[in-house]
Amino acid sequence: MIGSRLRRREDPALLTGEARFVADLNVPGALHLAFVRSTAPHARITNIDLSAATAMPGVVAAYTGAELKDDWAPLPCAWPVTADMKSPPHLPLAVGKANHVGDALAVVVATSEYLARDAADAVVVDYEPLPAVVDIEDAVTDRVVVHEDLGTNVSYVWELTPDKDAVDTAFAGAAHTVSERYVQQRLIPAAMEPRGVVVVPQPFGGDYTVYSATQIPHILKVMLALTAGIDETRLRVIAPSVGGGFGSKLNVYAEEVVALALARKLRQPVRWVEERTEAAQATIQGRGQVQYIELAADAGGRVTAVRVRLVADMGAYLQLVTPGVPLLGGFLYSGVYDVPAYSFTCTSVFTNKTPTDAYRGAGRPEATYAIERAMDALAAEVGVDPAEIRRRNFITPDRFPYSSAAGLVYDSGNFGGALDSSLSLVGYEELRAEQAARRERGDRVQLGIGLSSYFEMCGLAPSRVLASLNYSAGGWEAATVRVLPTGKVQVVTGTSPHGQGHETSWSMIVADRLGISPDDVDVLHSDTAMAPYGMDTYGSRSLSVGGTAVYLATERVLDKARKLAAHQLEVAEEDLEYASGSFSVRGTPEKGVPLAGLAFEAFTAHNLPEGMEPNLEASTHWDPPNFTFPFGTHIAVVLVDTETGGVRLARYVATDDCGNQINPLIVEGQVHGGIVQGVAQALWEEAVYDEDGNLQSASLLDYLVPSAAEVPSFETACTVTPSPTNPLGVKGVGEAGTIGAAPAVMNAVVDALSPYGIRDITMPASPERVWRALTAAAGGSTSTEARP
Amino acid sequence: MDVSMTINGSARTDTIEPRLLLVHYLREVAGLTGTNIGCDTSSCGACTVLVDGESVKSCTMLAAQADGADITTIEGLADGDRMHPVQEAFREHHGLQCGYCTPGMVLAAVSLLSEIPDPTEAQVREGLEGNLCRCTGYHNIVKAVLAAAKAPAGAGSAGAGARS
Amino acid sequence: MIPAPFDYHRAGSVDEALRLLQDGGEDAKLLAGGHSLLPLMKLRLAAPPLLVDIGRLRELSFVREDGDTVVIGALTRHRDVETNAIVREHAPILAHIAGQVGDPQVRHRGTIGGSIAHGDPASDLPAAALALGATFRVVGPGGERSVPADEFFRGFLETALRPGEILTEIAVPKGSGAGWSFQKFNRRAQDWAIVGVAAVRNGHTGIGLVNMGSVPLRAAAVEEALAGGASASEAASHAADGLEPPADLNASAEYRAHLARVLVRRALEEAGAP
Repeated sequence: MIGSRLRRREDPALLTGEARFVADLNVPGALHLAFVRSTAPHARITNIDLSAATAMPGVVAAYTGAELKDDWAPLPCAWPVTADMKSPPHLPLAVGKANHVGDALAVVVATSEYLARDAADAVVVDYEPLPAVVDIEDAVTDRVVVHEDLGTNVSYVWELTPDKDAVDTAFAGAAHTVSERYVQQRLIPAAMEPRGVVVVPQPFGGDYTVYSATQIPHILKVMLALTAGIDETRLRVIAPSVGGGFGSKLNVYAEEVVALALARKLRQPVRWVEERTEAAQATIQGRGQVQYIELAADAGGRVTAVRVRLVADMGAYLQLVTPGVPLLGGFLYSGVYDVPAYSFTCTSVFTNKTPTDAYRGAGRPEATYAIERAMDALAAEVGVDPAEIRRRNFITPDRFPYSSAAGLVYDSGNFGGALDSSLSLVGYEELRAEQAARRERGDRVQLGIGLSSYFEMCGLAPSRVLASLNYSAGGWEAATVRVLPTGKVQVVTGTSPHGQGHETSWSMIVADRLGISPDDVDVLHSDTAMAPYGMDTYGSRSLSVGGTAVYLATERVLDKARKLAAHQLEVAEEDLEYASGSFSVRGTPEKGVPLAGLAFEAFTAHNLPEGMEPNLEASTHWDPPNFTFPFGTHIAVVLVDTETGGVRLARYVATDDCGNQINPLIVEGQVHGGIVQGVAQALWEEAVYDEDGNLQSASLLDYLVPSAAEVPSFETACTVTPSPTNPLGVKGVGEAGTIGAAPAVMNAVVDALSPYGIRDITMPASPERVWRALTAAAGGSTSTEARP
Repeated sequence: MDVSMTINGSARTDTIEPRLLLVHYLREVAGLTGTNIGCDTSSCGACTVLVDGESVKSCTMLAAQADGADITTIEGLADGDRMHPVQEAFREHHGLQCGYCTPGMVLAAVSLLSEIPDPTEAQVREGLEGNLCRCTGYHNIVKAVLAAAKAPAGAGSAGAGARS
Repeated sequence: MIPAPFDYHRAGSVDEALRLLQDGGEDAKLLAGGHSLLPLMKLRLAAPPLLVDIGRLRELSFVREDGDTVVIGALTRHRDVETNAIVREHAPILAHIAGQVGDPQVRHRGTIGGSIAHGDPASDLPAAALALGATFRVVGPGGERSVPADEFFRGFLETALRPGEILTEIAVPKGSGAGWSFQKFNRRAQDWAIVGVAAVRNGHTGIGLVNMGSVPLRAAAVEEALAGGASASEAASHAADGLEPPADLNASAEYRAHLARVLVRRALEEAGAP
């Protein structure tokens, strides 16, 4: 069962329109919320006039933040990375000052969505504009300060330099050094389902049911209880079908708190569904960093030290894990290479832009991008092929578990194996020959080949390591497995899938262990009343932590069943064999008892061994001993039209190693989707702000999420290096594609342009940027960084 | 104003505001929430339905304009308990993950296959240019549509459901 | 994103549409397929108090031959223009370009007349009409008149249509043997062209430019250079002469000018210019 390409059980409901997303929930009597949002990047709010809005038909109420300030506490940030980290209060509705375009200022409540929208448009806000902080390197200077009370734009400085002397010595004695600056543009996660929340109160019963398009119903319940001041036992959070997240729904948002507070205040159900423009302005954005990376290397191109200095854009406020995102990459800037000396410093700043937070990969794509681009720069410096520079530096398989200079212990890996696989799949030598031929004949279309040997850390555990990083949550996951009286199995998981197919995969894990059909295993999730404990779904943690918890709970159930079987069959436990859903006595196969029969016996509890509790059920809370470290090599092949600057992704080859695979169909799907998000960062997507701090790309007309027409089919392979950190030997794959892809594509673009002396193009590599680089390289007058 | 249309084979008449978009009519008046809304700018295609057999973005059409039309939404595509060949192919080839773009993507594919019954990969990719998916990277969607086009006779034509 | 409220009337005939427009006065706006107007209304960039829906006027959805011209009803959908046998034979560039507008869903609803009457400089069909030397038939309270494409596009989203007038037909000269090319450069297939070039060689060479100014434009300087005997590449170097292309997130004016020169040269080469 494990390892088979089982079709997903989630699909029929999704394919036929039966599945219910938050916006689909029909709650009789629900009032609709519409938010009034700041159109100014940075301004004092001198007045908010709600009178025209409240006079409109269907309008039940309208509020400013000042009127509701006693209904909530500021929104939570769960990752105070340093003791002296600065964090401004982040109120669900801003009071007195707006700090980014899209900052919520007021809310209108009406009987229909149309009327709520009409009324929100009638609210008049008076702004007294303030200068805005837009550029993050300018923010560091404190020329203009976003939050006056803090006195500075710097939220924190975090450094990881275990041995500074070692780093200095390595650079002093280096035969080669490279020093690069890369810009991680801001990205808009753009899950296809915008956010939404429905709150159904029982004013007399005292309970609140919150339906939210969230990745984290469990964390949300705790945070809503704290923020809205509602007893946790009175809150039930349900994530119904959720249409993708990619980190953007790993948060506690203003609208969720406002909806809960207004349901309490108005004693009626309320609902809010995000518009796409709001999603661009009020849902978190990803990335937003300037990276300085230096490598020291010996004469043979072996890297002896990595030194990284980062400036990271927090945006206007700290959302749930905003400050921790750069740290998730902070350990990984030495990549898959055996680097003895390491230094990383991150300065994180506030700007008048939408808050950043975790977006697919969260810190790890940024780290991988920097080291993989820098390795290509080193290859050029040393004068060897990019594949060769990687080979010379890989941590070899015999070195695992490998202790990195940054202080991590990598679980397992075979980096050369993944590289070889991808080189062979892409036909590397032939492609280099074609590239040489195009260069030789001065072809208008140049070919570029880009390598990226990525790795990442997943699982975000154990909890005590998270504590050392000041992350205010655990890294464990909970699972319950129960065999029902009819022999059907019910699994309760604390993960909260939104496209990952946990129902299918978890049923396979259980079915495999119990020797039954996965169709007989039901998986319950994403409802805090059914699954009281959980740490939810993010950071490619679900399988390695949550899947393992399911596996371990199954083991416990089986142990109990074995005890019961031994009792019923009057034999010793050691004499029992378990196969295909039945225990039988070794050597006497006709003497046996099926699991279903044992479940019924446990249910009636008529004949249990002394001291055994009724029912076949077991729970676990699994806290892994270490992170897992998936890896792989991706190769992008691009064609660059040197006249127009247009870049076409011609081929994409990926070899990924996520350890053992439960369902390769699902693994491949995760890789494909991840790749396109990474390619999109390289070629199309950017949250563009003008110099005044206005978001220019707030719709899907201007924020260029690619379609099927922009990308090719992918050529994928896998290697399997099991993780020793969990009994399933799994690692995680949700973010791998995104982490591997952006540097592969950008290395390919730069590779195509290298004959012109071009060493970098800022992402996204738009046709105009490529053209400007070519023009500048040819001695033209066009500046390379002029914003159109 | 009054509008009448046939939705998934059932005729209905409703009194509506002229500004009501077809997608809101389908979701809120007709109660068919399988048609999703993913953007404000006719970009994402999540709201794609078939109007007289052809794919249309129901966020960019007034319910008033659909007066008299024959509409197929995702709820109307299966034949009883048997899914449409395109739906089957999406499941077989893992052409969906979160499933939010899926109803629109499936109906866009049905419309495409009614116009080009045996498309090349490039024609499938071009033909789905108006539908965005954030999960699958399109690889398996394209595979599913190509497979649906080659589905064995008797399983029902992949373009069926669209006007022949 | 929801349009502001409006009144709605559906016309059953061209005459009724004209009357509804007249009754509605300045408040009235024509609605054809709605694929130019409704997106603006949803964003509340347009809020006409009265829509006159002419989408059902079957009498304006047709393609016919008329001597040396192909005549296309204004309410013919892009998809129907793309697949029509007469258009494909006698004005193949028009069929091709109709198949490049937006995405399939847009082409199932959007109409050639709606696209041209909207007059968006970023739209493909106005440039095609310019390159082909099309003539537009217009009816209004004062009767019918013809307007050459060259005189139709007046300013940003502003055309020669007078209040109360309706574009009814687009007539293009037949040119089945003509060389032609359409070069559309964009970053995503569904997007408007960053720059587009439609070139038709039918005796004289006509070149229409997409997104190179505030109105749909002819590349007049290129056409003149060609008439004066310039080679394709010489002529193409004049593609942006005298133009003020727009700047947006996808391209600066300077880059658009560059693209126009490259794409005009490619279009001329593909269309078979010397």
